[in-house]
Amino acid sequence: MNQPDYEFLRKLLRDKSGLDLSADKQYLIESRLLPLARKAGLPSIGELVQKLKDGNSGLISQVVEAMTTNETFFFRDKVPFDHFREAIMPELLKARTNRKSVRIWCAAGSTGQEPYSLAMCLKEMGAALSGWRIDIVATDLSQEVLEKSKAGLYSQFEVQRGLPIQLLVKYFKQVGELWQINSDLRAMVQHRQLNLLHDFTHLGTFDVIFCRNVLIYFDQETKINIFGRLAKSMEADGFLVLGAAETVVGLTDVFKPLADRRGLYRPSGTAPAKPFAFGTQQKMATMAGH
Amino acid sequence: MKTCLVVDDSSVVRKIARRILEEIGFAVIEAEDGEQALEACKKSLPEAILLDWNMPVMDGYDFLGRLRRLPDGEAPKVVFCTTENDIDHISRALNAGANEYIMKPFDKDIISAKFQEVGLIDQSMSPASA
Repeated sequence: MNQPDYEFLRKLLRDKSGLDLSADKQYLIESRLLPLARKAGLPSIGELVQKLKDGNSGLISQVVEAMTTNETFFFRDKVPFDHFREAIMPELLKARTNRKSVRIWCAAGSTGQEPYSLAMCLKEMGAALSGWRIDIVATDLSQEVLEKSKAGLYSQFEVQRGLPIQLLVKYFKQVGELWQINSDLRAMVQHRQLNLLHDFTHLGTFDVIFCRNVLIYFDQETKINIFGRLAKSMEADGFLVLGAAETVVGLTDVFKPLADRRGLYRPSGTAPAKPFAFGTQQKMATMAGH
Repeated sequence: MKTCLVVDDSSVVRKIARRILEEIGFAVIEAEDGEQALEACKKSLPEAILLDWNMPVMDGYDFLGRLRRLPDGEAPKVVFCTTENDIDHISRALNAGANEYIMKPFDKDIISAKFQEVGLIDQSMSPASA
């Protein structure tokens, strides 16, 4: 990308969204906009810039969205983490007082923001968890995002959305221009590559399953299938957390919603209505990794 | 409508911040340095202050200390917004009474998220909740 094109895009983004890119963020523009250019049938950023200069308003919106949308961030949506602190963990601390262990699964762990947000919540509980064993298992279809999650390295942009500054100071260290989550929190999270369409009984049984913003990519039949298998992988008094735009209502009765806790579900004890079929929709599985 | 005082010696940054803050429902006033900001606060305390660190005449850190010693000076939520992006500066700011900290460059999502974090806006108003 040449300098005039870069300056044009910088100005456009500043004018349209307030995004204020410094002079050396060419890589960020290329990584976000090249896929968009190719999707629009344009071979390069230069061609894309020409279309933008011609005043293609639809394309301008797409460029702004591509540059400003961040799919995952720490404490995303906030509410599920309030549920975790205020409802899930207090109840499990009582229910598991003899066993003193809790198993948590982030079924779309992506680049680690969700499992590490949970790890920070647990750390903030301090002495209440003294002597407890807490396992967080983060799975994702993509090995690439799991590697990023394992490294726990995040850009300045990534640590500024949703993460209170006090938690950044407390649980991260600065590594050059990046921020790395501390090793004791990284050690709390186990990473496994997994396709949700395939059998996951080998992961064991969980007290809490976070399965947010992944089932939206599946068709209805597949969702029902996955809900049935999630219920089988969960303790009878466990908790399922779905994304803000997701629900079991109208799909299955193996989970029941908690009336005053949006996005939070518990097993109903009802057996799944349909037999399971594994690995039938590879296309959907590919989408689920993103 | 809540008021946000934007304190930055760069007119470009003030302009960008103004646009974002007005979009998320704030009335905006501006100051070019800590001294101007302090005078504005002595007349009327805003609900929020978006504060640069390095400025001529009086820097943001000095301003924050003086603000917090004013009558009711603990009330405004102060969000630093600076290129001082190291953990030592962040810790100093928090110890001096800053409520949040934005590392430049910033965008609407970051300002919304940080203002939401300190209770200046509802979650439903933040694009980060979408």
